[in-house]
Amino acid sequence: MAGIERRLIRLRTLVHVIAPRAGKAVPEGFRRLIAIEDVSKRYADGTVAVDRLSLQIPDRSITVLVGPSGCGKTTTLRMINRMIEPSSGTIRVDGEDVRARPVNTLRRSMGYVIQNAGLFQHRTILDNIATVPRLLGWSRQRARERAAELMERVGLDPAMARRYPYQLSGGQQQRVGVARALAADPPILLMDEPFSAVDPVVRRGLQEELLRIQGELGKAIVFVTHDMDEAITVGDRIAVLRTGGRLAQFAAPDEILSSPADPFVEEFLGSDRGIRGLSFLSTRDLELDRSRVFSVGSDLREISGRAPEGVPVLVTDADGRPLGWADPGSWDGDVEALEPHGPVFEVGRDSLRVALDRAVLSPTGQAVGVDGSGKVLGVAGQETVAAAIRSARRRRAADAPQEAPAVKAGR
Amino acid sequence: MNGFFDIPSDLQHSYGGLIAVHMQEALFPVLAGLLLALPVGLLCVHYGWLYAPLLWTSTVLYAIPSIAFFVVLIDYTGLTQLTVMIPLCLYSLVVLVPAVVDGIRSVPEETNAAATAMGIGLARRYFQVQLPIAVPAIMAGLRVATASSISLVSVGALIGNQGGLGNLLTTAQLYGRPRLAVTSVVTTAVLAIVIDALLVLLRRVLTPWQPPSGRAAGRSADVAARTPEGVS
Repeated sequence: MAGIERRLIRLRTLVHVIAPRAGKAVPEGFRRLIAIEDVSKRYADGTVAVDRLSLQIPDRSITVLVGPSGCGKTTTLRMINRMIEPSSGTIRVDGEDVRARPVNTLRRSMGYVIQNAGLFQHRTILDNIATVPRLLGWSRQRARERAAELMERVGLDPAMARRYPYQLSGGQQQRVGVARALAADPPILLMDEPFSAVDPVVRRGLQEELLRIQGELGKAIVFVTHDMDEAITVGDRIAVLRTGGRLAQFAAPDEILSSPADPFVEEFLGSDRGIRGLSFLSTRDLELDRSRVFSVGSDLREISGRAPEGVPVLVTDADGRPLGWADPGSWDGDVEALEPHGPVFEVGRDSLRVALDRAVLSPTGQAVGVDGSGKVLGVAGQETVAAAIRSARRRRAADAPQEAPAVKAGR
Repeated sequence: MNGFFDIPSDLQHSYGGLIAVHMQEALFPVLAGLLLALPVGLLCVHYGWLYAPLLWTSTVLYAIPSIAFFVVLIDYTGLTQLTVMIPLCLYSLVVLVPAVVDGIRSVPEETNAAATAMGIGLARRYFQVQLPIAVPAIMAGLRVATASSISLVSVGALIGNQGGLGNLLTTAQLYGRPRLAVTSVVTTAVLAIVIDALLVLLRRVLTPWQPPSGRAAGRSADVAARTPEGVS
């Protein structure tokens, strides 16, 4: 019986390889890798965890499932690798029904990262990472070499290889969890609230690390979280689920922020979606004011001549790095007496959200824009940033039919 | 201490011989109990409804005095060591089955989920994940079962010299030599302590993955693990 089944599967795989793939092309240039088609999960007691959900999850991108508890996001994730079987509907990976393959073979072809890492506490870090390669029949030597390679990729000190999980911090354990999921180089990575149990600073680091790794590897990642901020940070596309397991909206993060589909999504986004949406607008085209920037050696009279009375000027050192604010009327040239300039933003790299934040924090209401090496390019006031926001919004509205930007602002 | 090791010849054993018999009668039942408790404990974890009645049955068995067991068993196994070892084995189950069940249940939910998600089958998961993680709990149960078994063997003296060092107690009464009783009690206690120390050592060897200062540190390591990175 099992033999026949296996032969059938082999036949199906063969057909799959031979069959032309032309029909599957997706306009965005991304292959649809996981297709969730009309999937429901009902439990015996009548609870509906997932209700007729359909999602197309593209390759080489991070798709986030987000929603309040009880919205069926983890259930959906676990139906992809059949830890939970759907009551109805089909899930296909690369066109093939997930039920066509033996369940453990299927699972070994998908990396899985879980909350609290779920490491094997009785195995060393190296052996934890080598788990799936070993299951796939790799030699111990080869599996460990691969594991060592992955430790480096996720930013773990090689000296940790022989340690046990209890000797690592929560953030480090989660890095091991990611490395373990990537060990057999699966095309798909399933992440179930992976960073929920670590503190915000470590979480931020892990999110940035994930984006970096994804930039290098280009997996199809399905990422479950209840935290909308996290969804916006890591997601290329976000599926917002509502209680009862129904899809509320499936779109790119900035689209969700700028036009939530309904009051539920709007409420879930919180009260500051306008500000958060600025994360997706670049400071590249921000108009910077250079007339109020002077280097420390400048003649004081020249300063008071060029800048109107009472308007503070930014003083930089000889290399152009900011030193602080001065009132040209009363400043006597003492660097110590300058008012601190506060945090700066990097023009082109930081978003308008950062620029606005810096302007709000600045004692003069002017945000200091610097280049990659920290040299001042100019200053921008709150009104200037606001004008840039309006014009960016107008441009965006004009380009509306276009897809979301491929590269998201990191900060 | 003069005469501590002098044993009356009708016991048909030297001092060392009595110890060997005693250990054999004490340790084999615990070993058999462990081999029985491992699959039974797994079944109890897998089928939750099984655990309560099983625990209830083994507790009732524990309440039956060994003399009563002997009376029943002598008809089948005679005045042999086996008659002593069967009740001891049943007694060990009352400690070992819960130890195995607690041990397997101590495996964190996310560890089990991770194992499943990585395509580790049920049998492999039991032997390669759950059992190793259950070792500290099982060893704790094993220590209790072994100590109690070592002390209980002496009862075997009641069915004709099958009590190892316990035989010295009846002989002490018979010949009016209380020193023999002291030899018996002291030796039994020392044996129990030595075996216990060996079991602790064995646990350390089997679980290099545990925080060094034992179980209490398990919790503090957990706390440390949640603090920011770079702590290690």
